Amino acid sequence: MQPTSQAFKANAHQALGDPNLQRAMGMMRTGFPKNRAAAIERLPEFDALRDEGIAIKNHVIANLDFYLETFEKNVIAQGGKVHWCRTAQEACETVLGICRSLDAKTVTKGKSMVGEEMALNDFLEANGVTPIETDLGEYIVQIRHESPSHIIAPAVHLVKEQMAESFRATHTDLPHARSLEEPRVLCDEARAVLRPKFLAADVGITGANFLIAETGSSVIVTNEGNGDLTQILPKAHIVLASLEKVVPTLEDASTLLRLLARSATGQEFSTYTTVSTGPRRAEDNDGPGEYHVVLLDNGRTALLGGEFQDMLRCIRCAACLNHCPVYGAVGGHAYGWVYSGPMGAVLTPSLIGIEQAGHLPNASTFCGRCESVCPMRIPLPKMMRQWREREFEKKLTPKTQRWGLGLWAYVAQRPALYRLASGVTGAILGMLGGRHGHFRSLPFASGWTDMRDLPAPEGKSFMSLWAERRKA
Amino acid sequence: MSASRDQILSGIRTGLGRGKLGPAETQPLDARLAEHRRNLIPARAASLDHAGQVALFIAMAEEVDASVARVSSATEVPGAVADYLSRQNLPARLVMTPDPKLDEIPWDSRPLLEIRKGRAEGGDAVGITASFAAIAETGTLMLVSGPESPTRNNFLPDTHVVVLRASQVVAAYEDGWDRLRAAGAMPRTVNFITGPSRTGDIEQRLVLGAHGPRRLHIVLIDDAET
Repeated sequence: MQPTSQAFKANAHQALGDPNLQRAMGMMRTGFPKNRAAAIERLPEFDALRDEGIAIKNHVIANLDFYLETFEKNVIAQGGKVHWCRTAQEACETVLGICRSLDAKTVTKGKSMVGEEMALNDFLEANGVTPIETDLGEYIVQIRHESPSHIIAPAVHLVKEQMAESFRATHTDLPHARSLEEPRVLCDEARAVLRPKFLAADVGITGANFLIAETGSSVIVTNEGNGDLTQILPKAHIVLASLEKVVPTLEDASTLLRLLARSATGQEFSTYTTVSTGPRRAEDNDGPGEYHVVLLDNGRTALLGGEFQDMLRCIRCAACLNHCPVYGAVGGHAYGWVYSGPMGAVLTPSLIGIEQAGHLPNASTFCGRCESVCPMRIPLPKMMRQWREREFEKKLTPKTQRWGLGLWAYVAQRPALYRLASGVTGAILGMLGGRHGHFRSLPFASGWTDMRDLPAPEGKSFMSLWAERRKA
Repeated sequence: MSASRDQILSGIRTGLGRGKLGPAETQPLDARLAEHRRNLIPARAASLDHAGQVALFIAMAEEVDASVARVSSATEVPGAVADYLSRQNLPARLVMTPDPKLDEIPWDSRPLLEIRKGRAEGGDAVGITASFAAIAETGTLMLVSGPESPTRNNFLPDTHVVVLRASQVVAAYEDGWDRLRAAGAMPRTVNFITGPSRTGDIEQRLVLGAHGPRRLHIVLIDDAET
């Protein structure tokens, strides 16, 4: 997808004024954090499991070449194929090649963020293959010609009235006046519409939550069962996976699975966890005839050995999105690309460049909730700060901000000057704002005062109070 | 293709600041893979005796909207299935996987149960399958694919009935992997199933039966020593 991350500020402004979005985000902000907290409360070992999960991921990253080669060897031993792709374009062409070899007309898809990263749907459509998203939320955003706004809850930005409207506009063979008020009815309608598509699809594409080196298996978790119907029924199963998804053994995957659902939706375990190994066996009477793993790099190896390497531990649970005040206020689309929230603010500049995504690491209050809920303890605030530093070094931040920061740094490094300047500024602002106690607007600070009031300084500065106390 | 493979692998090695691992370095990694070492297993199920694990399995499965009928022998299974279907107002017509694990159940004792053995198709409303194991920790069934257990039977029918033996209940996923390794080669598909299909995609409200089964009913045969 074409990034619009450069327009983050405008996107965010629009999002804050969108009543449907604000209603939908209100429901999100309460639901996910409450459920996660309850699930973790029930598992005393949760923090110890986090440490083990981190150790597993760090071990894999340090030996990534070994585990990928082992994974490939075992996929081949089971009769499957691994396709190594450096770029989204290569991966798209690989998928199309497989579809063409099977003369595929329609492709069912389970939710895959790597597929979004590849912009696979547009590519397939442009080449005469019809992709059908089967995850309910993903199906809804597909028929609305939107992109998912959340990595595990693609339609979290919508209210049910918008979904009903899209169903009416798309399922035109059904009576127009039917009632679509209840979630149950919407879900049943999507189920009825998609069931024949599952049965007719030529190829099924899913993502992967984990790849298992030991067995050459891919693992997906879903709650709907769409990922299973997608992979079992067609002639071929294509797995889209970025290369950091590999883990050594089934035991290691089990540890990470204990963290994933609890961090994501607050479930003890997702409804369906499916481990797929190769194509159907000679004696089987169902299952895909071919099994392909498309292994995508797309900028990830460039993170190795650098300050963002820990980002490769991310298991895409979305806990950081669910607990982020900025994400909760503006939703995922404002971020302008596939990944949003704190993990998106760190990962997006890594994958599409800081020039495109410079606003994202700035979309943070640095409250630190993302890091505290991250099952992989990824230091997201620190990484956002590192991106800001890179932005500053590359002179990508606006001139006024750069001059302001330069001036501040000059003054702050000279204590006497700093005390003088802050004392004078504080006194003037205190006098000017004295009557109301706050400012509704200030020159050069409209970015701040547009949305909120600036409290006027009161009394003495910390430094002068400190000096007085020490004297006393 | 192989050019991309080489570039990715050499990119990884450059990033990690080292060359290709030699035998001295890969040997411990191979050993780690072969060892199947367990990480931390939560005490929740592992600390219980087997009867406690069975009770925990039932409680956890019911918590996620599965229903469980406990019977004392295989003889009682057809009756339990027939009762369930009639209570749910469902037709007594089902598709059954040709799984030998279901063979010792006297299905003929309930002639009104109309059973077709084979692979589920689009029109099958009720399916019955056997379980491979069950995980007490989270109330999770572990089902495996094979010539006698096509995976689609776990997903296509609206109602999924699973026959489970108490002796198949284990504490943790890791115990399930051990049983699977002991049974032989890795099957094409391993399905961990925890309750019926669901979605929260519409305003975060829980709706059961998104694409997979709307109902999951577990008939648990008490065959274990307690």
